[in-house]
Amino acid sequence: MFLKETLKKIPRWMYMYYILIALWSGTTAMHIPDGYLSPVTCMLMVLLVMPFWIRGVQRLREKMTARNIPLVALFAAFSFVVMMFNVPLPGGTTAHAVGGALAAIILGPEIATIAVSIALVIQALFFGDGGILAIGANCFNMAVVLPYVSFAIYQAVSKNMPMNSKRRIIGAAAGGWAGLTAAAFFAAVEFGVQPLLWHTADGTPLYAPYPLSVSIPAMVIPHALIASVVEGAVTALVVAYLIRANQPALEIINKTQITAETSSFARWRNLWIGLAALVVITPLGLLAPGTAWGEWGAEELTNRGLSFIPKGLAQLSGLWSAPMPDYNVPAIGNANIGYILSAVVGILVIIGVAWLFSLLVTGGKKTFSEDVNSK
Amino acid sequence: MSQLARPSRLKSRSGFIERTLIDINNTLEQSLFAEKIARQKGLLQALDARLKVIAMLMLLLAVSLSHQLVIIAGLYTGALILAAVSNISLGFFIKRVWAFIPFFTGIVALPALFITPGPALAYLPLGLVITRTGALTALFLLLRVGTSVSMATLFVLTTPWNSVLKALGVLHVPDVLILTLGMTYRYIHLLLHLANDMFLSRKSRILRRLTGTEERRLMAATSGILLGKSLQLSSEVYLAMESRGFRGYPHTMDRFQMRWFDWAAGLVVVFVTLLAIVGR
Repeated sequence: MFLKETLKKIPRWMYMYYILIALWSGTTAMHIPDGYLSPVTCMLMVLLVMPFWIRGVQRLREKMTARNIPLVALFAAFSFVVMMFNVPLPGGTTAHAVGGALAAIILGPEIATIAVSIALVIQALFFGDGGILAIGANCFNMAVVLPYVSFAIYQAVSKNMPMNSKRRIIGAAAGGWAGLTAAAFFAAVEFGVQPLLWHTADGTPLYAPYPLSVSIPAMVIPHALIASVVEGAVTALVVAYLIRANQPALEIINKTQITAETSSFARWRNLWIGLAALVVITPLGLLAPGTAWGEWGAEELTNRGLSFIPKGLAQLSGLWSAPMPDYNVPAIGNANIGYILSAVVGILVIIGVAWLFSLLVTGGKKTFSEDVNSK
Repeated sequence: MSQLARPSRLKSRSGFIERTLIDINNTLEQSLFAEKIARQKGLLQALDARLKVIAMLMLLLAVSLSHQLVIIAGLYTGALILAAVSNISLGFFIKRVWAFIPFFTGIVALPALFITPGPALAYLPLGLVITRTGALTALFLLLRVGTSVSMATLFVLTTPWNSVLKALGVLHVPDVLILTLGMTYRYIHLLLHLANDMFLSRKSRILRRLTGTEERRLMAATSGILLGKSLQLSSEVYLAMESRGFRGYPHTMDRFQMRWFDWAAGLVVVFVTLLAIVGR
């Protein structure tokens, strides 16, 4: 009742204002289109997501082999369809949920990563929702950050609780909210570093134009107020429904995964440490050159481009003053050719990593039929 | 399969069921329409799907790497010409590309006109100043997003989904994932139809407007039922696959073949990409 009174006191224009902000952040920001992020950022995001994809596919192969293919396919299709549902909000408007939190609660975060990634790939390839080069960034935000954060919170709140416990609903709500807010934060960081790192000699940003000081509040506040609330509410409502009507669905995770292990986090300690290191290093590496804003000479700028990861590392090891033109293969001496060479190397690295990934996934075999045979 | 509902736009104010129905139907319609264009005759339709995947990635990279508006504009013009020679009506193509994502990008880019520091370009009432830097950066963002979306749209509109999937194999995407992608796409349609039926049947039994709480309950229950159905279907689908001899990996029936035409097109794409990157 108190809440209703308070809500009534907020002027109408303020509602409209926040709904507008939420509209654009909900429709554009979470599915990052191509053109917002520089190619280097896109490549880096693919590298960041790769271990999670490998982990997810490993998990799929470990537990139920081929049987999991339809499970993941159907769940990805389900996430896609749920993203299309309009969720009624107070005030007569509607919003969309991502469904990543729900996927994590039902399937576990590793498999949720695969299911949501597949839904995102289909959205990007087929419906132009989210960029193709930006697929790594989108998968990182919505298929990694969102499910892992949601799942950690859901587990923390509802671990060892009976199936019909209220805490499961609360955990689902909190998990969905925190997961999407965290995802929005990561998207904001990805946007915010663009103008620091990539602009023309006169300071015109080449990609997303807003610095961190603008992008973080612009993304995180409306998400925390609206989109994340929707995600949390949808997750909680569906979990509540499942508790009422379809409890076995909530127990699938126990069949496809080993519960004790999941809750202890022990077996993936290495993954967590590596990830934490990556997460720590990345923003540092991305932010570090930002401190040198304005000190960049025009000729130095032409030498930038594909080279910020080494720069960040150089900064960390106190070697920031090392000359940068080295990325241009000095013998050739032509900035453009050096640039193309580094682009080619970048492409080769991507293909190499993808190939390595396929080797890992298939265990070096062309297929994984033997799993089925040996079953 | 039931007849698809076609709620009129006028009624869309009345609630979330109608809006969801509209969204579901638009999605189905969009995917059907894309398949129709992909089966027409045209330049891009005649090209090998593998080549198109790689060409699209290269052109996206060129758009993304370019530091000059002229080059991005040139690439966009190229995309328009390709659309024209591939039997895609230009009006439809431009509308499909610009209607949604770049439009919202425009809204996103708008404040950048004013808050990016730089020399003044124009003075507006209320003391607002458009800076040259701001105008440039907004243009960059808008053109880049529009051109990238155009490239991706061209690829999707001229390639049947099955060929898209098979072409992904060239990029060393594992078989298992391609199989899963294909199944997902197929079941998206089934689930969309199911959701459509559920919402439609509910809508036809409602006489008054639902309250917010009732609407949310209905939404949650529909999602929950859909989830249950998906899970149930997945085990049935697996059994069906196994009983038809599925051994854990997919087989594709037809082979791709590169012809001189494909090689020539590939050379053109490589040339254009290099030109765009050198000229950046």
